[in-house]
Amino acid sequence: MTQEKTKTEKIPRQPMPEQPPEVRRRNFDEVPLGYDAETAAKEAQRCLQCKKPACVTGCPVEVDIPGFIKHVADGDFKTAIRLIWEKNALPAVCGRVCPQEIQCEGLCIVGKKDSPIAIGNLERFVADTERLQGTGDLPAKAPATGKRVAVVGSGPSGLTVAGDLLLKGHSVTLMEAFHKPGGVLIYGIPEFRLPKDIVASEVATLEKLGLEIKCNTVVGRTVSLDELFEEGFDAVYIGVGAGLPVFLNIPGENLNGIYSANEYLTRANLMKGYLYPKYDTPLVRGKNVAVIGAGNVAMDSARTAMRLGAENVRIVYRRSRTEMPARAAEIHHAEEEGIEMYLLTAPIEFIGDDSGHVTAMKCLKMELGEPDASGRRRPVPIEGSEFTLDCDLAVIAVGAGANPLLTQSNPEISLNKWGYITADPETGKTTKKGVWAGGDIVTGSATVILAMGAGRKAADSIHDYLKLGW
Amino acid sequence: MFKIVKRAEMAGGTVIENKIEAPRIAAKAKPGQFVILKADETGERIPLTISDIDPEKGTITVIYMVVGKSTELFKTLKEGDGYQDVIGPLGKPTHVEKLGTVVCVGGGTGVAVLYPITRAFKEAGNKVVSIIGARNKDLLILEDKMKAVSDEFHVCTDDGSYGRKGFVTEVLKEILQKDTVDLAVAIGPVPMMKFVSAITKDFNVKTLVSLNPIMIDGTGMCGGCRVSVGGKTQFACVDGPEFDGHQVDFDNLSSRLRAYAEDERKAHEAFCRVHDAK
Ligand SMILES: Cc1cc2nc3c(=O)[nH]c(=O)nc-3n(C[C@H](O)[C@H](O)[C@H](O)COP(=O)(O)OP(=O)(O)OC[C@H]3O[C@@H](n4cnc5c(N)ncnc54)[C@H](O)[C@@H]3O)c2cc1C
Ligand code: SF4
Ligand code: FES
Repeated sequence: MTQEKTKTEKIPRQPMPEQPPEVRRRNFDEVPLGYDAETAAKEAQRCLQCKKPACVTGCPVEVDIPGFIKHVADGDFKTAIRLIWEKNALPAVCGRVCPQEIQCEGLCIVGKKDSPIAIGNLERFVADTERLQGTGDLPAKAPATGKRVAVVGSGPSGLTVAGDLLLKGHSVTLMEAFHKPGGVLIYGIPEFRLPKDIVASEVATLEKLGLEIKCNTVVGRTVSLDELFEEGFDAVYIGVGAGLPVFLNIPGENLNGIYSANEYLTRANLMKGYLYPKYDTPLVRGKNVAVIGAGNVAMDSARTAMRLGAENVRIVYRRSRTEMPARAAEIHHAEEEGIEMYLLTAPIEFIGDDSGHVTAMKCLKMELGEPDASGRRRPVPIEGSEFTLDCDLAVIAVGAGANPLLTQSNPEISLNKWGYITADPETGKTTKKGVWAGGDIVTGSATVILAMGAGRKAADSIHDYLKLGW
Repeated sequence: MFKIVKRAEMAGGTVIENKIEAPRIAAKAKPGQFVILKADETGERIPLTISDIDPEKGTITVIYMVVGKSTELFKTLKEGDGYQDVIGPLGKPTHVEKLGTVVCVGGGTGVAVLYPITRAFKEAGNKVVSIIGARNKDLLILEDKMKAVSDEFHVCTDDGSYGRKGFVTEVLKEILQKDTVDLAVAIGPVPMMKFVSAITKDFNVKTLVSLNPIMIDGTGMCGGCRVSVGGKTQFACVDGPEFDGHQVDFDNLSSRLRAYAEDERKAHEAFCRVHDAK
């Protein structure tokens, strides 16, 4: 044992093989290539199998991390994935998009002196192995209860609620406004970060468990919330995400060639505009691209534009590098691909040509002043610093809001001042009987795993309600 | 799949009518609302205003002009075929009430959208004066249906091949000069709605126009359908599609409708080449 330990401490964190930047910046294939079995086992051996694992406290759904890593170290990938499934229904997704550096890996004890265990990479490995070579054995389902639950919105939050309730024996119908299920996983996050066949396969697993999916169903338009109850549903979960684009409200913003990130990414991902003309939906391919904002959505937009042949892609952000909300890894990936950072820069106007297409963006240079309400130093314009940036494509990625489509016709559901649904943080219960909510429509734009965590809690609460009452 | 139960060609095959099985939508749809259709896996999402609703049979009718690749593709769908996706009803219904005299002005395929609204105003007890127009006689649609729901009915064609020679705006002007009009509804090509709004503004007659910008989701999540109304940005799919014609920036709308003109032209040509070869 002691001997084994000294040996394992010497293993360095196994690097994730990746497509080289100069190649991947022009294709839509996934950037990281994944571990092979040998590398995964080697990485797993680095884990100290802590008695009180710090990593687990950093995981919003409390996956038994040392438990599954132990199975990986032993080469038993089948048991490893089934252990993760007990807490997380979408490991192939989470292994790719979770911000592990501030969650599990950020707390991993090994990370104090060395690089932390690559928990995300291992999670991804076991999920991929199951998908590609697994037995396909489904988890066991409880006997049918005869209760019916409607889940509105098919993002990670809705999918989690659906999966959990199916296993508990309820019958679940998922209603999605778009023509494909998956929420942001399908329409927002690009192929090169999260291949769409992975999302499709996670959804297919739920269908095999008995999930009924109704796409093209806009709840609040095609059917109202009250009608769902009239149709015989016993409970409803709302997981409609934060689907409202935010614009800058500066002159020229309605010129052609200016998109909200939602529109740009939906055209590219959901509609497969990057494969135009094989797919019919066009999208503007810019030579000089400006992406306004510095979160993950901005990085995804910028990297998409680069892959669509741009000469220059610029992230334009009014604060400094330290305030950039994107994951460090995403910023790093973007810079490796040649995306430039125009920091402390704020757009003030778009300029267009005679045909109404954007040609340039007027900007001001900023400096950081006193801290504002968010505690971050407020950017203040520098007088006389105005300059013009050529741009024939601009993507506005400065955040999202709560879409009022569903909530405005349901006054019994109380909202906070930004229009997000007020839900009990422990149960997900809203102020309307029989209705739960979770994910971005409650928290505002957050993360996949937080949306899933909210779904898990709500599923437990819905299950109690169906057995015991409100 | 959303099955086409009845298909008809109008205006010499340049305009197509599809009656589509969509019971959920038919049960809910009201005049002024629209649906988004996608023909197949690789297709675009195209918004079309609903031109007739049959809640009992569970069908909706859409009428569209064949203008580009996507509508060419729609045109190839026969009775018994279907659309992969139909989403709706979307947008706000027309606010219909008894006002007195309502003038309904329709141009081209806009008449298809105007028809259910005209009928609703008539049913609400208004005196309905309709003016419909097209470039020539062959392109005129729904004349009989419109006539049936109007108290007074005018037709014009640009070339004089049918009805009065000239534009709908000329007839409108004469009506406004002699009658008191409480509301005008104008639906058709953007320049037509722009001119109608300019005229009614002079007479201080409130005017509704129905806008058809490029859309993706139709639920207010992308902002692609944004239009400038009274200097404020509005999303046509959720705040409209109907707006106060006196407030709309029609030039911006025209320009936004041309955003993909070049792509569309190429795609359309390519589609026709392949299709004609077959
Ligand atoms: C471009 C982008 C990149 C991101 N990258 C990451 C990342 O790397 N890591 C991470 O953890 N998080 C990331 N996020 C955030 C993460 O995707 C979201 O926090 C998460 O998807 C929220 O899940 P949800 O289930 O609440 O909603 P969503 O995923 O938004 O799904 C909501 C679904 O509901 C549907 N819907 C809306 N209204 C209705 C209605 N009325 N009727 C029926 N259906 C409706 C929508 O069409 C949508 O499909 C990213 C977000 C974006 C936009
Ligand atoms: S904290 Fe790190 S070393 Fe400890 S169990 Fe978790 S992953 Fe393994
Ligand atoms: S079509 Fe996307 S917001 Fe209207």
